[in-house]
Amino acid sequence: MSDVYIVGSDMTHFGRYPEKNVPMIGAEAAQLALEDAGLSIADMQALYCGNQLEAKAMSGQRILQLIGQTGIPVVNCANACATGATALREGWIAIKAGLYDLVLCVGVEQMGKGLLGGLAAPNGIPIEGLLGSGTMPAVFAMVGMEHARKYGTTAEQFARVSVKNHYHSKFNPKAMYQTEASLEEVMSAEMIAYPNTKLMCSVNVDGSAAIVLASEKKARELGLMRRAVRIRASTLTSDPYSKRDLVMHDFNACTRLAASQAYEMAGVGPEDLDLVELHDCFATAEIVHYENLGLCGEGRGGELLDSGATYNGGKIPVNVSGGLLSKGHPLGATGIANLCEVVSHLRGEGGARQVENARIGLTHVVGIGSAASIHILERAGG
Amino acid sequence: MTAARNLRAIISYLKLPEDGEPYLEGWRCDVCGEIYLESRSACSHCLARNRLSGVRLSNSGKIYNWTIVYRNFPGVAVPFVSVIVDLDGGGTVKGNLIGVEPVPASIRFDMPVKTLFQSIEKTDSAGNVYIGYCFAPADPTQSKDDRK
Repeated sequence: MSDVYIVGSDMTHFGRYPEKNVPMIGAEAAQLALEDAGLSIADMQALYCGNQLEAKAMSGQRILQLIGQTGIPVVNCANACATGATALREGWIAIKAGLYDLVLCVGVEQMGKGLLGGLAAPNGIPIEGLLGSGTMPAVFAMVGMEHARKYGTTAEQFARVSVKNHYHSKFNPKAMYQTEASLEEVMSAEMIAYPNTKLMCSVNVDGSAAIVLASEKKARELGLMRRAVRIRASTLTSDPYSKRDLVMHDFNACTRLAASQAYEMAGVGPEDLDLVELHDCFATAEIVHYENLGLCGEGRGGELLDSGATYNGGKIPVNVSGGLLSKGHPLGATGIANLCEVVSHLRGEGGARQVENARIGLTHVVGIGSAASIHILERAGG
Repeated sequence: MTAARNLRAIISYLKLPEDGEPYLEGWRCDVCGEIYLESRSACSHCLARNRLSGVRLSNSGKIYNWTIVYRNFPGVAVPFVSVIVDLDGGGTVKGNLIGVEPVPASIRFDMPVKTLFQSIEKTDSAGNVYIGYCFAPADPTQSKDDRK
């Protein structure tokens, strides 16, 4: 089977675009990625489009209506916060299978503002707030509280995740926010669901990200290997059974399964990684995922953060893009945007935030505790 | 509120027997013993098919996890405490914790709680009255912060 290479990669500025619609936002990243590859939509043999909130709206085809209707197959997919990564992985599978040599993968979302989640009313009256809470802030508050229960992790440690990621976003011109937030600002912000304050919740923004994938043969033929990035692993898992997952989404089990499969597929371990973009949809999640991804030992996530190792320049920089906390989190775009970030560093095109000598990077997303996807990328060219 | 035309359970796993107290119902796998809140075709854990039996869950348990919710959708009263309770004898349920100040110092992991069944103030558009459940500290004197 052919290795699969990323030969084009780019994203829109993450922000709020109420005057646009999903296809318009998606078309922008699609064209940016094609330009980055020096290719045209006429070269693409299939389009894989990830969008969560308008899953029934044929977004992929409507993107093609704006950038060129060539009659290629379009697959639209939705998989919560793993949507973008799932779409990209479908493209990877198709090239692996030998069906195509060049495909376009787009993740796009238009979010609006406000809370996500909540407990639905099965019938009768709404149960949110009567039988506990199912809002995303409350769900992820419990992810952190479970870690606090096991290891004594403090609200201040979780808050420091947000301080770090806001600091990182200062150097990312495509982030929603490019402003620092002090520990005091983070901790004194409006409490949403203890221990997550408003600045510890990801920002709902609009945006899209796109990647052009090529088979090895095609990447060489087109002379695109110099800036190409090889996909060393692509994994997707659902939630294996765990004891409380009926009432408490388990974000750990599916991430751990995806991680172990990814390390095995790539033949590398966490110690080989130069940077990680992981799913910091809430500050509480990041520390938990340090352990899920094997960046540190069990119960050592708080310590890893406190040591500064996950800052840019540290031993294992995490979310140098600013993460979902400050770059923003357009659901369907996130799982491709984090690959775009890692690609920039592996190409040495990371600008002011370039992670020095980056050779191997990992991306991770997880949707509602029941869909986790991990990609491991490696610099291919000189 | 006039007499209920129809008394309904707020959720499927809350049972309202005509001649007895309300209770929470679980489904236990006869093969591996795992307990679910609603039935399913096969056990999620051991995959055994058609081997789940309904069981009456205990009205007591311990807090496994909690958060205090300060921001919610319009119409939902905040703050409130959302808890995950491991019931004695098996089964895990989510609900509100009442009878404590909604501040972190009032709540601790493994605090013993009991299940309370109460009618809900809201009715549906047809005027049906709903019975819900929530949790309260098993020993009210335990509700203060006693971590010393």
